[in-house]
This record gives sequence, C-alpha cells and structure tokens, in this order.
Amino acid sequence: MASVDTAVEPSDSTISEPEIGGVRRRDFINIAAVSFAGVGVVATVFPLVNQMNPSADVLALSSIEVDISAIEPGQAIKTSWRKQPIFIRNLTAPEIEEANKVDVSGLRDPQTLAERTQVGKENWLITLGVCTHLGCVPLGAAQGEIKGEYGGYFCPCHGSHYDTAGRTRKGPAPTNLEVPEYSFLTDTVVKIG
Amino acid sequence: MSFPWAQQYKPATEFGQWMDDRLPIGRLVYNSLGAGYPTPRNLNYMWNFGSLAGVFLVVQIVTGIILAMHYAANADIAFDSVEHIMRDVNSGWMIRYAHANGASFFFIAIYLHIGRGLYYGSYKAPREMIWLLGVVIYLLAMATAFMGYVLPWGQMSFWGAKVITGLFEAIPLVGKPIQELLLGGFAPDNAALNRFFSLHYLLPFVIAGVIIMHIWALHIPGSSNPTGVNVKGKQDTVPFHPFYTAKDGWFVGLALIFFTAMMFFMPNALGHADNYIPANPLSTPAHIVPEWYFWPWYAILRAFTFDFLFVPAKLLGVLAMFSAILVWFFLPWLDRSPVRSGDYRPRFKKFFWFGLIPCIAILGYCGGAPAEEPFVMMSQLASAYYFAHFLIILPLLSRIEKPEPLPNSITEAVTGKPLQQAS
Repeated sequence: MASVDTAVEPSDSTISEPEIGGVRRRDFINIAAVSFAGVGVVATVFPLVNQMNPSADVLALSSIEVDISAIEPGQAIKTSWRKQPIFIRNLTAPEIEEANKVDVSGLRDPQTLAERTQVGKENWLITLGVCTHLGCVPLGAAQGEIKGEYGGYFCPCHGSHYDTAGRTRKGPAPTNLEVPEYSFLTDTVVKIG
Repeated sequence: MSFPWAQQYKPATEFGQWMDDRLPIGRLVYNSLGAGYPTPRNLNYMWNFGSLAGVFLVVQIVTGIILAMHYAANADIAFDSVEHIMRDVNSGWMIRYAHANGASFFFIAIYLHIGRGLYYGSYKAPREMIWLLGVVIYLLAMATAFMGYVLPWGQMSFWGAKVITGLFEAIPLVGKPIQELLLGGFAPDNAALNRFFSLHYLLPFVIAGVIIMHIWALHIPGSSNPTGVNVKGKQDTVPFHPFYTAKDGWFVGLALIFFTAMMFFMPNALGHADNYIPANPLSTPAHIVPEWYFWPWYAILRAFTFDFLFVPAKLLGVLAMFSAILVWFFLPWLDRSPVRSGDYRPRFKKFFWFGLIPCIAILGYCGGAPAEEPFVMMSQLASAYYFAHFLIILPLLSRIEKPEPLPNSITEAVTGKPLQQAS
C-alpha cells in the first residue's frame, strides 16, 4: 500500500503545470519513458507490417529456366514468371532492321534494341507481358493476335502500341515493356530472374 | 457517474472544443481512463491485472488478424498453412508464438484478476453486475481459446475438438444430435474447422464488447479497494491519470518482459508437442490434455468415475465441470458477509489461502496429470472441497464469522490520520 502523507490534490498533475525557468527532473523521466516506449512500438510494428511482404515461398519462385530451342524466327511464347506473363520473342531480320531504323531521340522512352537485348542475341526479345500503363497483358505474342500499328504488341485495354523492340510508340503506356533480369545458360536455355 | 470532486473535462484547443460539442470522445476517455476518474488511492498491485488482461486481448486481436491473413481454414491444408506461417512468412514464427503465448498470458492475467475479486470481495454490492459480466467474459474467453487451439489441426487440436464436443453428447436424449450439429458431421472435419475459425475470429470482438459493459458498470460505483471501505471523500482518491495510467503502464512493461522472454526463449513450453503432428482421426495420442488454463475444470470432469442414482458418470462429470464455473454467477448471493475485503475476515482469509487456493492448485495439477491413481482420488477430494467452499463454507462463514474492525476511511487506513471531510 502506498503511504502518501500529504493529501493529493487533483491539480498536482505535473502535466498541466506551466514550465517556469528550465526543466524539472520529471520532464526527463517523462521524455525517457515515452521515448523508450516509442522505440518499442516501432520495433514491434515493423514485423507486424513486414509480414505482408512476399514470403519465402513466394520469393523462391523468383527464377525460372526456359527452353527456347523450339521458337522459330517470327514466333513468340508466353511463359509465367512470378505469376506474371513473360514474352520471349525470336525476332526476324526485317523486324530487327525496323527496330534499328527508328530515331531513338523521338521516342517517349528512348532505348535502342541493343539496349533491350543481349550482345550476340539481338534476335531474342525477352520482356514482361505486362502493359506499363495499367498492367493488362498486351496482344501480339500468340499466332494470329493483333500486333498493333508498329508490328510488336498491342494492349487492348487502353490502346497502347509497342514496336518490334517492345517500345511504347502510341497510346497511354509511359515506358517500354520491362526487360527482366535474365541470362543465357546455353544457346537454348535462358534463366529469367 | 462519478464523485462530485472529479475533475471536469476542458478541451485544451479550439478544435477540441469543436469536437466536444459534436462527438465527445475526448470527454469519454477523460472520464473513463483520464484525470476525470477518481480512483481509490490505496490500490495494490492486484488491481493491475484488469488493464493487463485488456492489453493481452489487444495483443491477441492484432496478432490474430495477422495470422488470419496467412492461415487457411481447410482440413487439408490448415496444418501446412501453419507451418507456412512458421517457416515462410516474414516474422511469422514470432507472430504465431506471440499469439500462442499471448493466450496463456491473457489467462494468467484474468485468473489473477478473478482471484483478486474473490479475495477482496469485489463481487459484492453494488458491484454484482461487474462480476457477472466478468464471468461472461471468462466463459467467452474459454470458448475462444478452445476453438483457437483447434485451428492448427494437429493431433491435440483434433482430439481436443472431439473430446470437448463429446461433452455435449452426455446430455440425455438430445446429446448426440447436438454434437453432430456442433461439428457439422460425426467427427471433427472441414465443417467443424471452418465454423471454429469463423467463431474464433468473431468472439474476441464480442469479448471486447462485454468488456466495455464491464468497465461501464465499474464506473457507476467506481473501483473497489483493498480495504473494501467505500470512498468517503476527495482525499480517498487520486485521479486515474497520471497516477494509475503510470502504474498500469509500468506494470504492462514488466509483464511484456516476461511475455517476450517466454515468446523468444521457451515458446513451446506451455504447448504440447503432439500438436506438431498432423491430425489423425484414426489414432488418439496416449496422453491427451487441454491447455494448462483448463486443467482445473478438466480435473473436475474426470473426477466423476461413478454413476450416482440414475445419473451416469459421464453426465455427472460434464454437469460438475460446467457448474464449477456457473456457481460463480451466484457468488454475490452465496457470500452474504457485509465485509468485502478478506483482510478483515480472519476465518475467510484462512479458508481462502489454505482451502480454496490449494484446492484449485491440486485440481490444476491433476488436470494435467494422467487419468490414473492417485490423481483421480485427489481430483475427487479437491472437487468436493471446491463446491463445498462456494456452497457451504461461504454461506456459513457469513453467519458465524466475526470480522475485524474496519478502518473509518481509506485515508485513515493508509495514513493513520482521520479523513478531513472537505465538503
């Protein structure tokens, strides 16, 4: 049991007392206690929010190997990487030529075909099949699909046109189709991610 | 409803005033947990466990909502989804251990809170309603904890669900249909798991609602105190804030040290290893026990090994187990002594410390022990004493006991000087 000899007045609340001529010891205790609790709250909240980030099993799906030996020039395949579509396209010589002909400085997102492919593998255009506007899957990879005015891809959602290098040429898409990190393990197997 | 000397809420800012005229949340907090709630100045540490239980309920709700983001309530994948939480989800192991141990800490807090009420007579007039609502909270917490323990769908989950729903089977005539209704089948399976998950998510919010009523009812007469003497004047009280907010806050910090120590260094100490084996409807674990907080009641259930008159042992055990808690609903009218605090009741004090507490400890021990001798006999004796305490000893004591003289006021009890009546 507490043994307080003086009657405690309700107005003894140290919080409302105006500060006169410097700080009191209790101010230090208050600040120290609240700061300590604040650090504790931050340390607690971090894992409680971080648990929403991709979990280990999701991250484990983050690289795939694709056999591209069966893709003839002019063909493309769709595959899935991190639950998102990937377009792997074997460009024909005229398509490469057309992509290189473009004046890069006039593009919305200036990039050459060489910057979007790997050295010696300029015919392999590997991009995410995700329109950079709002995330639909553009047409043009499968046989018979509309390829848009520039012969690459066409997004039916809001009418974005991509050229044979997967660059945005017309419509609302702000950037070129994203090129994921990838490497050729052999001439016919590519590792994405 | 408060004492006339309670501090009045005055908004500090113009915006505060604007809000106060429209939605006086600030005023509500001020009068409930702030300086506007005069509280007896002599509360000891036993008065800390109500707020502590509230904190652990919040811990359970927060961690539980997070676990529900990753858990799958399907008999085929529930167990795997818990392992997914433990191994794959960022900090998932920590959040699950916090939830599993948080339940134990909630019950530790709630048991000490109930024990405080039993010893200091907090259930007596005019606080009967607070006590009754508290018993409701406890019953809801038991149901919630039980259903939560089923969700990982391990061996203990499955057999716990089977045994506890089996209790209802003991009811004559309608028992079997009731059990099938509860399970949505003939044994625990997907239907049971799904409804348990649904209710396990719902009930904590019901508990929170009943807690609001519990606190509302508390604020009519105000908190009791270790002397059991009513507050008589301004000197008997201090404002809740900053005095008890600071004390409760420091105590929560202390409790969290024990909680985190448990969570990080011995997270499975209170669990059962068999629950890391996936549910198998064809094989019962050799030694099946509920979580520790149910042990005393489980011991009472198992104490009835004999038929009595025409009542089979199974039904007797079930009735006794439920009655052991339901008797608390009648407590304010069983204990007629006008003296609240056990400190001033020499005989009650002895029966409490040397009768009831050891009796519940023995029941708890036997409930966790195998169902064999000598534990069955010990359970039987302790069960008999448990009921005798509430149904015979307390009513008798209220008649024959001569209480010690009470202090004239809280202030006098604390300072030795008489209360100076201010107004």
